[in-house]
Amino acid sequence: MSTLVISNARIIDPASNTDHAGAVLVRDGKIEGVAAGAPAGVPEDAEVVDARGLIAAPGLIDMRVFTGEPGHEYRETLATASEAAAAGGVTSFVLMPDTTPVVDDGAIVDFIIRRAAATANVNVLPAAALTRGLRGEEITEYGLLREAGAAYLTDGRGSIQSAGLMRAAMSYAANFDMVIAHNTADASLVADGVMNDGELATISGLRGIPLEAETIPLARDLQLAALTGVRYHAAQISTAGSATLVAAAKQKSQRLSAGLSINNLALNENDVSPYRTFFKLSPPLRSEDDRQAMIEALRSGAIDVIHSAHDPQDSEVKRQPFAEASEGAIGLETLLAAALRLVHSGDVPLMTVLRAMTHRPAEVLGLTSGRLAAGAPADIILIDPDYPWVVAEKDIRSRSRNTAFEGAKLQGAVMETFVAGRSVFRHADRRGDK
Amino acid sequence: MTNPAGTGRPFPHRNLLGISQLNQFEIAEFLDRAEAMIPVSRQQRKSLPTLSGKTQINLFYEPSTRTQASFEIAGKRLGAQVTNMSVKTSSVTKGETLIDTAATLNAMQPDVIIVRHPASGAVELLSQKVGCAVINAGDGSHEHPTQALLDALTIRQHKGRLAGLTVAICGDIANSRVARSNLLLLGAMQVRTRVIAPRTLLPKGIERLATEVFTDMREGLKGADVVMMLRLQHERAAGRLIPSVREYYRFYGLDAEKLALAKPDAIVMHPGPMNRGVEIDPAIADGPRSVITEQVEMGVAVRMAVLDALLADPSQVAA
Repeated sequence: MSTLVISNARIIDPASNTDHAGAVLVRDGKIEGVAAGAPAGVPEDAEVVDARGLIAAPGLIDMRVFTGEPGHEYRETLATASEAAAAGGVTSFVLMPDTTPVVDDGAIVDFIIRRAAATANVNVLPAAALTRGLRGEEITEYGLLREAGAAYLTDGRGSIQSAGLMRAAMSYAANFDMVIAHNTADASLVADGVMNDGELATISGLRGIPLEAETIPLARDLQLAALTGVRYHAAQISTAGSATLVAAAKQKSQRLSAGLSINNLALNENDVSPYRTFFKLSPPLRSEDDRQAMIEALRSGAIDVIHSAHDPQDSEVKRQPFAEASEGAIGLETLLAAALRLVHSGDVPLMTVLRAMTHRPAEVLGLTSGRLAAGAPADIILIDPDYPWVVAEKDIRSRSRNTAFEGAKLQGAVMETFVAGRSVFRHADRRGDK
Repeated sequence: MTNPAGTGRPFPHRNLLGISQLNQFEIAEFLDRAEAMIPVSRQQRKSLPTLSGKTQINLFYEPSTRTQASFEIAGKRLGAQVTNMSVKTSSVTKGETLIDTAATLNAMQPDVIIVRHPASGAVELLSQKVGCAVINAGDGSHEHPTQALLDALTIRQHKGRLAGLTVAICGDIANSRVARSNLLLLGAMQVRTRVIAPRTLLPKGIERLATEVFTDMREGLKGADVVMMLRLQHERAAGRLIPSVREYYRFYGLDAEKLALAKPDAIVMHPGPMNRGVEIDPAIADGPRSVITEQVEMGVAVRMAVLDALLADPSQVAA
């Protein structure tokens, strides 16, 4: 029996809309209770952590993370990703199935769960492929994958082109009440596009990806989701049109949710110029108007979840001419601070931002974490919302360095991270006992 | 020997990556320097020793007979030692990365590398990794600055000026680096620019680069001083961006009837290589209003001027 008390904290729990001074009592890795003010009935042998006024919030749940394990360990392992996650306040992340081999078999789901238990210090939830080999042709064994512990079904970077196949996948997933998270990208409209379609792409001589490449398959998916009754998560929307589609579909169904990459919330297409491949992302960074629409959709609830879209890529594939470079940026370590930009600018309330990274993803995934309530896992982070820092390559814990925030001045940092009541990260500037 | 083009003032850029980096005064100076280079190529002894002892590497990732030869001749007429490197690439077998190639070449201590690459921005990327001057000989659909300079020089030779003219650029605007560099250059020199193409070949936002946008070639040619035709990659476009070559030629090919709508003294240009019967009637291409071979001659003068501006030792010029 081990007991931990995090005292003298500003408790913020989006699940219960709580924001007050208090303490969290933890016993054997689970939250036993949350007290307003000073905690009562603390056992004498309890370990007491003085939060010194920091925010205590549920650990973040990141629904979209790529690593290189298995198959590309030189980019990222589960261990290095989990160190980055812990430093970023992410206590659980969903691992995308785009590995080598692809996570399209129960045995590989099992392997990742065991491997993570052995090497990672945060919770790793493997997602399983929607189709075999992510080829978009045949559905995988959803029932067996669920039994093995798959968090949800997705083709990761890929996008199902066939409406008929998507209908079958949704019907069959609904059978097992599994969530399908889908990145909508019409391959024939994306074609050889590499950035947002528009004046900037034209001036740069780069081929554009039109907004409709995202909205057309999304409209298809939302209709098929209504037809099949599947729990559907629009994995990463980036356009005003997509937000409108999701908001309208949500009027008729409770089984829909939408995710948003922090990159599409914090950056826009102007960041790409001139040919900065660390800003080559999927979906591409859109116009400032679309970014503003994402902020509004987050405020209104059309968008449920903010994720990091953490995607480690080595310099060999990034230091290329723009059209030939790989897509993706790392983001676990900067997720919270980048999101706090919107809080500091007054665009989005702190509670809304935290909810989109804690309670809402937990609800979508059916997890008991993501809240500060009795019985929940003691995945807790202490945040200094004003801590100023500059993103520097040398400080990055991830094995790859492709951050879209290099040199960015950010405000707000995680000072300590607990997973199941155990401290897995402590900031160098965290003051206090110990 | 004195340098006919030299002003004795060092050019304020190390590289020529695009027209977008130049202001109108720098463009005008390039054109003046190039004009002064024309006689060098026309005289018996076609040489000027301003680049003697310098090493020039032509690094071409795309085949280009005329541009590569033009840069080679320009370099040699200025006394440089020129090495040609043609790199065959395919998306399947890429081999060494561009940056590795840059580091390798840089170690050989060249004074200038002239690069053509199929990817937009590739020349700028390479320029960040080498210690010598870099000249963009065409990157993807982005820029081809020496082509725009030689086009402007050709126009100026014929019309005596640039400002106030109307230049119609017709064809595959979406995929053309020639169009982008020309629009930037002509725009900076107060030329009215028109682009003419079917909507499938017009990129989004082009109205911000051109003065006017036309989908009807007849309308677009009315009153034009210069008609600049672009090469259509018809093998790639047919069936997707245009239905057929014959339909394209019917509506966007330059023939005598359409050319009659331009000013009576309008000149016809083409960056080459031409597809006769696809974008241009052979009779026009080889006719009296065509200045296409003259563009090639101006190309050597412009490239000599650019090499000279970037490389010539100012102390020697002054001497």
